[in-house]
Amino acid sequence: MKKLLVLSALAAMLASGTALADTSGKKIAFSNNYAGNSWRQAMLDSYGIVTKKAVDDKIVGAADIFTTADKEVPTQAAQVQNLILQGYDAIVINAASPDALNGAIKQACDAGIVVVSFDGIVTEPCAYRVVVDFKDMGKQEVEQMAKFQPKGGNLLEIRGLAGTSIDDAIHAGILEGVAAHPEFKIVGSVTGDWDQTTAQKAVATILPSLPEIVGVVDQGGDGYGAAQAFAAAGKPRPTIIMGNRQDELKWWKEQKDKDGYQTWSASIAPGVSSLAFWVAQQVLDGRKDIPHDLLVPYLAFTQDDFEAALPKIKEGGVATHEYSQEDAIAAIKANIK
Amino acid sequence: MTAAPIDTGFKGSAARNAAARARLLRGLLPALSLALVLLAIAWLNPRAISYFGFNLMLNLAIPIALATIAQMFVIAGNELDLSIGTFVGFVGCVTATWLKEAPLIGVLILLGSIGVYALLGALIHLRNLPSIVVTLGMSFVWQGLAILVLPKPGGKAPDWLLAIMSLKPPFVPFPIIAALLIGLVVHFGLMRTSYGTILRGSGGNPAALRRAGWSLLWTKVALFSLTGLFGVLSGMALIGITTSADANIGNGYTLLSIAGVILGGGEFVGGRVSPIGAVIGALTLALAASPLLTFMHIPPDWQVAANGAILIIVLAARVLISRKER
Repeated sequence: MKKLLVLSALAAMLASGTALADTSGKKIAFSNNYAGNSWRQAMLDSYGIVTKKAVDDKIVGAADIFTTADKEVPTQAAQVQNLILQGYDAIVINAASPDALNGAIKQACDAGIVVVSFDGIVTEPCAYRVVVDFKDMGKQEVEQMAKFQPKGGNLLEIRGLAGTSIDDAIHAGILEGVAAHPEFKIVGSVTGDWDQTTAQKAVATILPSLPEIVGVVDQGGDGYGAAQAFAAAGKPRPTIIMGNRQDELKWWKEQKDKDGYQTWSASIAPGVSSLAFWVAQQVLDGRKDIPHDLLVPYLAFTQDDFEAALPKIKEGGVATHEYSQEDAIAAIKANIK
Repeated sequence: MTAAPIDTGFKGSAARNAAARARLLRGLLPALSLALVLLAIAWLNPRAISYFGFNLMLNLAIPIALATIAQMFVIAGNELDLSIGTFVGFVGCVTATWLKEAPLIGVLILLGSIGVYALLGALIHLRNLPSIVVTLGMSFVWQGLAILVLPKPGGKAPDWLLAIMSLKPPFVPFPIIAALLIGLVVHFGLMRTSYGTILRGSGGNPAALRRAGWSLLWTKVALFSLTGLFGVLSGMALIGITTSADANIGNGYTLLSIAGVILGGGEFVGGRVSPIGAVIGALTLALAASPLLTFMHIPPDWQVAANGAILIIVLAARVLISRKER
């Protein structure tokens, strides 16, 4: 009987694929370099909610958050070194620089500490990187656009912050999507910096010189500004892809209530911080098969489910999703090829 | 007849003793605040007080100490350098790119940048410009050049530099040896040589110096060149630790270096500076700002404010004691 119990327990463990080692005594630190905008605040909130529960459930021993006073690289490097000294078993990090922290990250790895970076990732090979598949997001934008505008037509593209890897990836995805859908043609491109006012100004400036636009493909944080610019210019309202911001979804709902307006919304969820936390927990758990570069899905809303999400987003905030341990295991599995 | 001289002599020596005590206290103050911060760290996290711990906690203090010494030279001449942070960043970018790929060009660029500092000193003296304005302007120039050299983060430190910065000498951690070395070398040069006295005199009593036949132009040029030299050393040390550069890497050093000089017993005017104090001040700031804060477990919402509060407390302690001196 007892044997049977043990066996079934073992079977359960194998089935779930976790709990190879006990992580209840492990301490995980979060090194964060900036907390000054709504996205980062949502990121910290999600992380706090998920880790507090994990600590209460005795899955990990401690999960503390450390934010540096400035956005400076040396400050965060010193912080990482101090976390090494504090005896943490893992460090989850949103880094100030992809390269300049490598010295400190290497020291952490050498001290046997698991380092998981996300959003602001680090290039040091010993660290793990949780990256959102921005290229696919860009491609999906065009795929979705094809559903709403089956006849095709002219598109306006709004780019993000120049010189960043995120802007590059989304743009590449959009180009790929347009190549697969020759009925669409990008006739104009502006830089919106992921910011409503910047995007509104940029779109308003280019609009008079453009032919009729059927759709706007963008990077999030710029959709509402684009909508305002079209309205101000008295141009017909195109299909504008949204980026999960509260003001964008609110505008979408207003339009939908008015005349059944259809579109699609996607962005990186700030709660990806909690996914990074679970990845760290899984590594501490003894899993050896986790790839160092993890591509995770973005958060998307469709015509059917965006209204349910809207009330949960703070005024001026951005939609998020708290990831669970199962989500992390599924994401890891999807990355093992 | 005999009583009077004895009486005055007694009073004189008492005053002298008090002054000497005050000076001693002033000299000991930076060391005292460092000891306090170390005690707090030892109490919060005993594990940090070890060879490994000091190595980790203090290695990023070396570039701060060098930047503080750089700032100290301009402050000795009654000036202020608001561009030292971005200058360190610029040097860092050159170190991670040119100095590795084409060492000769790299060295020339760095020497040239020291030359720019010398010219700034001459410009400030000849045109009688406020150094704050000139160096504030230069801070944007250095930042712009840094972005030109390294448009996105990256680059790699030269191997010899990495080797130096990761030295592991027996018994005493490298950062402590480096700090001692920096402090003693500069102390000897500035406090024990005759030209060092002239340099400090250019801040203390420029009129007397001019009347004695010394060129104030050359003292200013010398002070600014030394600032440039130590700024270069600071940037190189920083890249030796971080292994790779970022155009914004040194921005925080401007204010840290000024705070370090003041904490180390220096004054904004009058040529009153202390190289050893400045190094200790830099170490104290580096320890108080980061390790102490990390070990205290302050809720994340308050960490940024707590960092500022620690700096104010440490600096306020210095002001309290130096007021007793008067």
